[in-house]
Amino acid sequence: MARSRRRTALPAVLLVSLLATAACSAAGSSSRDGGVGDAGEPRSGGELNFALASDPVCVDPHQRATNDAIYPARQLVDSLTDQDPETGEIVPWLATAWEVDDEARTFTFTLRDDATFSDGTPVDAQAVKDTFDSVVALGAQAALGSGYLSGYAGTEVVDARTARVSFEAPNAQFLQATSTSALGILARSTTELPAEERCTGNVVGSGPFVLDEYTPNVSVVQSRRADYAWGSSLWRHQGPAYLERLTFTIIPESGVRTGALQSGQVDAIGGVAAQDEASLAAAGFTLASRPNPGLPFALTANLSRPLPADEAIRRAVSLAVDRQEVVDTVLSPSFTVATGSLAHTTATYTDLSELLPHDPDRAAALLDDAGWVPGPDGVRVRDGEELRLTAMWIPNFGPNENALQLIQQQLRAVGIDLRLRTVPLPELPAAQEEGDFDYFWGNTTRTDPDIMRTAFSADLRNIYRQPSGTPLQEALAAQNATTDPERRAATSAEAQRLLVEDGSTVPVFELTTVLGVADHVHDLDFEASSRIRLHDTWVS
Amino acid sequence: MARFLARRIVQSVLVLWASFTLAFVVLYLLPSDPVAIMAAGGGEASAVTDEQVAELRETYGLDQPAWRQYLERLADAAHGDFGQSVANGEPVGRVIAESLPATLQLAGCALLVAALGGGGLALAATWVRRGWLRQALLSLPALGVSAPTFWVGLLLVQLVSFRWGLLPAFGNEGWDAIVLPAITLALPVGSVLAQVFAKSLRTALAEPYAETAWAKGASPARVHLGHAVRNAALPPLTVLGLLLGNLLAGSVVVESVFSRTGLGRTTATAVNSQDIPMVLGIVSFGALVFVLANLLVDLLGPLLDPRLAAERAERAVPA
Repeated sequence: MARSRRRTALPAVLLVSLLATAACSAAGSSSRDGGVGDAGEPRSGGELNFALASDPVCVDPHQRATNDAIYPARQLVDSLTDQDPETGEIVPWLATAWEVDDEARTFTFTLRDDATFSDGTPVDAQAVKDTFDSVVALGAQAALGSGYLSGYAGTEVVDARTARVSFEAPNAQFLQATSTSALGILARSTTELPAEERCTGNVVGSGPFVLDEYTPNVSVVQSRRADYAWGSSLWRHQGPAYLERLTFTIIPESGVRTGALQSGQVDAIGGVAAQDEASLAAAGFTLASRPNPGLPFALTANLSRPLPADEAIRRAVSLAVDRQEVVDTVLSPSFTVATGSLAHTTATYTDLSELLPHDPDRAAALLDDAGWVPGPDGVRVRDGEELRLTAMWIPNFGPNENALQLIQQQLRAVGIDLRLRTVPLPELPAAQEEGDFDYFWGNTTRTDPDIMRTAFSADLRNIYRQPSGTPLQEALAAQNATTDPERRAATSAEAQRLLVEDGSTVPVFELTTVLGVADHVHDLDFEASSRIRLHDTWVS
Repeated sequence: MARFLARRIVQSVLVLWASFTLAFVVLYLLPSDPVAIMAAGGGEASAVTDEQVAELRETYGLDQPAWRQYLERLADAAHGDFGQSVANGEPVGRVIAESLPATLQLAGCALLVAALGGGGLALAATWVRRGWLRQALLSLPALGVSAPTFWVGLLLVQLVSFRWGLLPAFGNEGWDAIVLPAITLALPVGSVLAQVFAKSLRTALAEPYAETAWAKGASPARVHLGHAVRNAALPPLTVLGLLLGNLLAGSVVVESVFSRTGLGRTTATAVNSQDIPMVLGIVSFGALVFVLANLLVDLLGPLLDPRLAAERAERAVPA
């Protein structure tokens, strides 16, 4: 059948060098992609107290998708591969090598032979099979992992060190997915447990830290494994982690988190509010930030509604938005304007900023041509109907409301009346299903361009009501059906262009993860998806 | 007395049933359900299929018609079984039992602060002779009631913990961690107590028996503490039964601000994820506490005021 290729690492390098040029030109902003800097020789020992903004609820890396659940879970598990945050390259971790067939349907991983779980059992091909089987069995409870494994046909244990994962249809994104904690490898003693028993603490992985205790709403405590020796090839040092103990303290109030850091009650905090950045920086704390890959914060059109179904209106909305003003006014210097359908830290990112100018005059001209004339109160009217659009949004990111109010004013300047409708997070899925909105405001974090297919494929949830059979749908399917990096980059770039060209999505700014870190904490690094990794972190 | 008790118990059961039903109806009417929330992966795009979602709904019995879910949950609840949390599969009863001690500790400390502070303020306000001072003291409770708990908590944290470094800002460990949350939680409760107690003290001091005591040469302290307080204690005691509900409700905010574990935080998390079994369990538990507290207050009343016992005995006699 398909011709097998030895190690996709080589094509990945090619792909990456192609991207790197693009990524570098865009990454020259004020943000620091590298975490917190060095200060002398790393020292082994000590503790780190990191404040999380919300309760993880479940400590199983497979079951929760929030940042605050991933931060502690990431330290417990190793993945088959790792992804270079600078280049997007997929590199060895538990797997030393892998082969992908041309159709991107069969992935064969060769495992290193020295890794063990913290219960002493070996990390072997059977463990890989058990892990993936259990993610599929979890189904909707493993929201991320089961999506990555959609079309999973099974894992074959070729021998103790070789596992072959196959899919019913092409699934190119799977290779990157193996680098995420959502597909981190767990011991059989964990995978054979029912979902709920894993949530509260029965999680055995092979990671540099072991879970000691999870107290809901209070803390997650972990300690290092003294015999750890199979770190990712990307890490600064091999062997056991420097820190002896990690405590993730849950502090929901952002003001209390900031104060706790400033008064020395914790060593680092997540979820730094944009308004607190300046005062933390002034007080001598390091702000570690990295733009999240994936879909930037954007207004995305619901194509089943009559007004956003009109391309002239969609393009006018895009032209009317002044992205720089949004970043300058409601965010902090850590944030950057969106320059395409994907954030610039995403693999295969294409700079489309020339398609995203701020040009209110052209927006007005487009609307004039479409027959929308200014009404008595400045809102445009056509055949007695006012140009009124509803944007639905969720309060999952502090500055959302202010950003949208500013965009509201910017659209009003060209005669578009944008109404804002907020939905509580729990009601979001139902509201998206219902489709009672013209635009949805939101973002999604993922390093693989396949996130566009997740959001816009007519065959999946399709909350934006994209029609099937369009060039966009073809491009989205094509980028997931090839392992050829050039072809993948080309089809992904095509999808990125199509999405912004007709205003289907109006990207505004990239989400940036901002951490506040005390100056005695060093080498607190970000992985490719802008989540923290603490193996190399040390305290002085 | 037995008839009074029987009537109150029947009433209590009705209150419990009504709160359970109301909570179920509200949760059921919300447009989303816990499985959809779980599948949404925290608001970000996920590729979970409809079949997978349907499967999970079946696991939790959420695919059943509403009346059936209601009857089954009600029957289980009547046996004390509230099922398992949808969010993490923990038995609801165990979660409540585990988070309760921390909240009881907090509420108990807050109650002590409220009773001492509120009672003391009321006594002081009725004791002082200077008009302006009395007015100033009497207007303090209004301030305490109207200051938002959330704001007071953050203010205390900023000043006492971050600026002066006297007490920890978060957590459950150690006696010092409970001081700020207890004061924050006690403020609105103590203020209401102070208002009610001050009012009833003034009424009692104006009663003829107080005049009589004065006339017989009793000292001001004897009139105030001996005669008036005992008669004036009943209204604040009755209000206290109602305020227990406030303490539980206030713990939702206070435990979040001070990053404490407990029933309040558990409630906030459960409501946010629309964890139906968990919310039903907590609501029913809250109703039970409320009912028991009020029953206790009703039983204590006659001990303070023998007239109440006589009244009840009278009403218990068939007409």
